[in-house]
Amino acid sequence: MLGYALRRLLGVVPTFLLIVSAAFFLMRAAPGGPFDAEQTLPPEIAANLQAAYGLDQPVLVQFGRYLSGLARGDLGPSFRMKDFTVAELIGRGLPVTLTIGAAALVLAVLLGVPLGMLAALRRNGWVDHAVMSVALAGIAVPGFVVAPVLALVFGIRLGWLPVAGWEAGSVRHMVLPVITLALPFVAYVARLTRGSLLEVLQSGYIRTARAKGLAERVVLGRHALKPTLLPVISFLGPAAAALLTGSLVVEQVFGLPGVGRYFVQGAINRDYTLVMGMVIFYAALILLLNLAVDLLYGWLDPRIRHD
Amino acid sequence: MTEGGLWSEAGRRLRNNRAAVIAGGLLVLLVLASLLAPLASRYAIDQVDWTLSPLASPPSLGNGHWFGTDSNGRDLFVRVWSGTQVSLLVALLATLVSLAIGVAWGATAGYLGGRVDEWMMRFVDVLYALPYMFFVIILTVVFGRSLLLIFLAIGAVGWLTMARIVRGQAMALRQREFVAAAITLGLPTHRIIARHIVPNVLGTVVVYATLTVPQVILFESFLSFLGLGVQEPLTSLGRLVAEGALEMETAPWQLLVPSAVLALLLLCLNFLGDGLRDALDPRAD
Repeated sequence: MLGYALRRLLGVVPTFLLIVSAAFFLMRAAPGGPFDAEQTLPPEIAANLQAAYGLDQPVLVQFGRYLSGLARGDLGPSFRMKDFTVAELIGRGLPVTLTIGAAALVLAVLLGVPLGMLAALRRNGWVDHAVMSVALAGIAVPGFVVAPVLALVFGIRLGWLPVAGWEAGSVRHMVLPVITLALPFVAYVARLTRGSLLEVLQSGYIRTARAKGLAERVVLGRHALKPTLLPVISFLGPAAAALLTGSLVVEQVFGLPGVGRYFVQGAINRDYTLVMGMVIFYAALILLLNLAVDLLYGWLDPRIRHD
Repeated sequence: MTEGGLWSEAGRRLRNNRAAVIAGGLLVLLVLASLLAPLASRYAIDQVDWTLSPLASPPSLGNGHWFGTDSNGRDLFVRVWSGTQVSLLVALLATLVSLAIGVAWGATAGYLGGRVDEWMMRFVDVLYALPYMFFVIILTVVFGRSLLLIFLAIGAVGWLTMARIVRGQAMALRQREFVAAAITLGLPTHRIIARHIVPNVLGTVVVYATLTVPQVILFESFLSFLGLGVQEPLTSLGRLVAEGALEMETAPWQLLVPSAVLALLLLCLNFLGDGLRDALDPRAD
């Protein structure tokens, strides 16, 4: 297990370095400098600004500096929000993003797994067709359509829930964002669970368990559940990445002060350092979550780690 | 089973799938509407109707604004359909870009096999690990926002799955007699790939392409919704939804009409794609 974990970890490092270099050199390839938008500066001041941000150094020196800053968790200052560093902005937004992301993931598993199992057990019945059609709709209709419509219906027309905003610890403010974010994942998990359970139910050991005369409840709970959940667990890695992408929209629509909102603002304002720092941060987060899922998977399924 | 048998069998299965047939019919209507409506309308997409007061008018048959107008007094009927046109255009072009790269990459890797295959697919694996939405956003920050960039960027990240699928098929085809015959005849490798491998994976490619189109539409509207995609005076469904969301308290139709069209379009494409996949490959669930 330890060897497997180390191999996985070593696989992540080159990918991360590739992402960092790609982000860095893409930013350097940008036409125009970061100070071009402001009024024409006297050459001396422009030179001072360049020096202050280290932009007068050769590109490779800048890259080296950036990497050594990165190793200390320093992602540099934000070009547009002058009083903040990128790391500070991430630190402010992260609790919000992680809270709604984790809640959505839990909701997706708690709803999606039972729905998918129900559909598989009633295969080709009306329950199955209903669940699968709703699931396809949940996957097809994007969050940025669902979010404003939910806000319109439950926030404005019915007035049950706040339309937007965030108060730490307030569950009422979390309901709509979490539902919006979770919807496609509930659908996906349901589909995966259905397909996986159908396959598991055809396998030999399930036939054996039934032949022994075990109750259907025991067959499902003791023998079928764990192998059924394996594809769901391996989906959690990509799901984490998709959740972060989805949170861009949800935070925008519901006005949540999360990481995604700073990222989108940064992209619209062409805040180079902020966008670059956040992409690197997102990449690291996604790689770590994938790694965690891989390890969990290897722990659950010994066939994987001895591959 | 003969080639014709396979296709007619698939066609029969598709026609028996009621959801897919309805989705296909609706899709044809949506495409026709997006092509014809902007021509038939008496308003241009950026034309302000100053006769209205207030400028934001709800849907009405009386004043000729069937879907209402936005808060600048522009006709939503023509804006929604020309937005659909832009979304469909981006989707088609980006899908073609990703198909071209994916098929070429996958067929080459699968046919050649060995060390080359290993490196080519390793490259795909690494790209898979990238948070590509964030990279497309970097691209828009670096190179500005243009329609050309959007479909190049989407096409450039969309080919990975295609490459994997085609590679699997190409590896199987490599063992077949007609490929051995082509090798014996002394055909150069690139001609074997182009003439014998690629035509035989087209069925799979078509199915996967119909599932790629809605993903691309989603991707483009996502960017446009965030304000990073299509720019004025052009519009797209994602942009219209974003504009509508700002006015939803006073003018809910501005949100609901483009949302409904986008949702319908995506649903139709997904149901049709699922139906096609089931029809061509009954074993896949």
